[in-house]
Amino acid sequence: MQGYLEISKVGIEFNTESGNFRALQDVNLKVEKGEFISLIGHSGCGKSTVLNILAGLYQATEGGVILDGKEVNAPSPDRAVVFQNHALLPWLTVYENVELGVKQVFKDRKSKAEMAEWIDHNLALVHITHAKHKRPHEISGGMKQRVGIARCLAMQPKVLLMDEPFGALDALTRAHLQDSVMEIHAQLGTTVVMITHDVDEAVLLSDRIVMMSNGPAATIGEILSVTLPRPRNRLALAEDPDFVHARQQVLQFLYDKHKFPGAKAA
Amino acid sequence: MRLRTAIASRARSHSGENPEAMKVKDEEKKMHSIISRYAFIKREQTWRFEWSDIPGGVAIAKALRTWSLSIAGILVFLLLWQATANSIDTSLGQFPGPVQVWTQVQNLADEHQRENERRVEFFERQETRNAELLAQDPNAEIRVRPYTGRPTFLDQIQTSLMTVGFGFAIAMLIAIPLGILCGLSETLYSAVNPIIQLFKPVSPLAWLPLVTMVVSALYVSESPMFEKSFITSAITVALCCLWPTVINTTVGVASVDKDLINVSRVICLPTHMHIRKIVLPSAIPLIFTGMRLSLATGWMVLIAAEMLAQNPGLGKFIWDEFQNGSSDSLGRIMVAVLVIGFIGLILDKLMLALQRRVSWDKQTVLR
Repeated sequence: MQGYLEISKVGIEFNTESGNFRALQDVNLKVEKGEFISLIGHSGCGKSTVLNILAGLYQATEGGVILDGKEVNAPSPDRAVVFQNHALLPWLTVYENVELGVKQVFKDRKSKAEMAEWIDHNLALVHITHAKHKRPHEISGGMKQRVGIARCLAMQPKVLLMDEPFGALDALTRAHLQDSVMEIHAQLGTTVVMITHDVDEAVLLSDRIVMMSNGPAATIGEILSVTLPRPRNRLALAEDPDFVHARQQVLQFLYDKHKFPGAKAA
Repeated sequence: MRLRTAIASRARSHSGENPEAMKVKDEEKKMHSIISRYAFIKREQTWRFEWSDIPGGVAIAKALRTWSLSIAGILVFLLLWQATANSIDTSLGQFPGPVQVWTQVQNLADEHQRENERRVEFFERQETRNAELLAQDPNAEIRVRPYTGRPTFLDQIQTSLMTVGFGFAIAMLIAIPLGILCGLSETLYSAVNPIIQLFKPVSPLAWLPLVTMVVSALYVSESPMFEKSFITSAITVALCCLWPTVINTTVGVASVDKDLINVSRVICLPTHMHIRKIVLPSAIPLIFTGMRLSLATGWMVLIAAEMLAQNPGLGKFIWDEFQNGSSDSLGRIMVAVLVIGFIGLILDKLMLALQRRVSWDKQTVLR
């Protein structure tokens, strides 16, 4: 059976000054349409590399990625990326930041008025309408990340790629954004691949958690299906045995089977 | 001591959670401690004056302080100058002090006025003469001659400004696009960099003879729009002030945030949009740094070029005065020196103002 997004036998080797470095080897993953996937692993294990290959920003040395029947070999708005530190253009307002992508994607398909309406719709989706004429430096970190998400959603991607989207935020803001992402995922049914290093976040949001072994030559260690019913509520789940069990399994993988390589030295 | 506590308690009562407001309060606190040294405060007295009591007082106090320090600095300089000048005797008389220089400023202004009057008279005479000729014989051939008086100091300033403006414009038209290309393409940068490094340290005086000969050979036209000497100076200026802008633009373009470049790649922005929306706004501060360095270089180069090539302008004015060798010469040269400095300063301020207008980041402190 063929998946909506299929990563097959992907490996990548970087040419560094101290010789070739093999970051990934034999990564295989099939993602169904509408699925929410988390990639988790210790830092330096190549999670971001996988995401960059999916985005088309890196080229795999061997193997390949197929999305909706087409091979991925260059970046495209089809696979929009939410970057860890928002990556908004500081000289544009919130609205203009979203507009930049929309104009590019819909230039032949939507009229000016339709585009404006579509941008407003997406800003409303992430609850940021009130700040639409502000510049990035005038809004908080959480709001910036909301704009980052709106910018991606507005391009109607086939897959939404998120690179540790909430890593730089405080715990409360992060919880708010996680709720927003769940809400949006439920509403739009977008396929999402998210990188995280937060176990709770992975369990709360994902349909499946992909756990990666440590590099060099990192690959997928285990895949855990999270069958908790949606909509999920963080308060109710906190003591839910299934939630606790799933959390336990991820922790075990990370801290028992695949200890952080730096931890041994320390 | 009492003042300190008063300030501290006030600052505390004012401070909210807003970090911006906290910053402002911090600034105010700093100002207080500075002002307290100048304000009329005595511990025993019940009244005391504080700048913060009047609206905008802190800003006024800050401005007063900066201005008074600047004026004090200038005064000390003038005193030292006068004292030193009195003890230097040259073959052209005593070295001019501020007083002599001021006299020459007035002289130069008077000369300009006299010359202007003479020019007006010249054209009036010419017109009446021509009118008379036409009255006698309607078919008479009349001649309109240009006025050929000596250019005054102000004329020379004007020529210099035009030349530097023209040379700078040529340089920027080449430097900014070249810098952008070098910043975008590492290949091109590697190819061009050695040439930049080679020509960057070359003195304008080395270029001048070559430029003069080339302009003489190539710039031949029946009715030239510009004088040859003007073109020669301008090109020499351009050749020398090209490099800071090329280098800074390259660095600015090459150091655009990698995330922003990735955003552009994901959105699939076409190259011209990528340059306009991502690269240029990022690089604007460094482009302006380069342009300011270039303009300053250009202005310095111009004076030297005019002096050596006998092109009209401030440089020629200085050279002529030097050759003239009257007892006023040194004073007049000193006037030119001060004017050159002042114009350089104004040019830089103009660039700064332009940068403020163009830059998206209105918050950075520009120096």
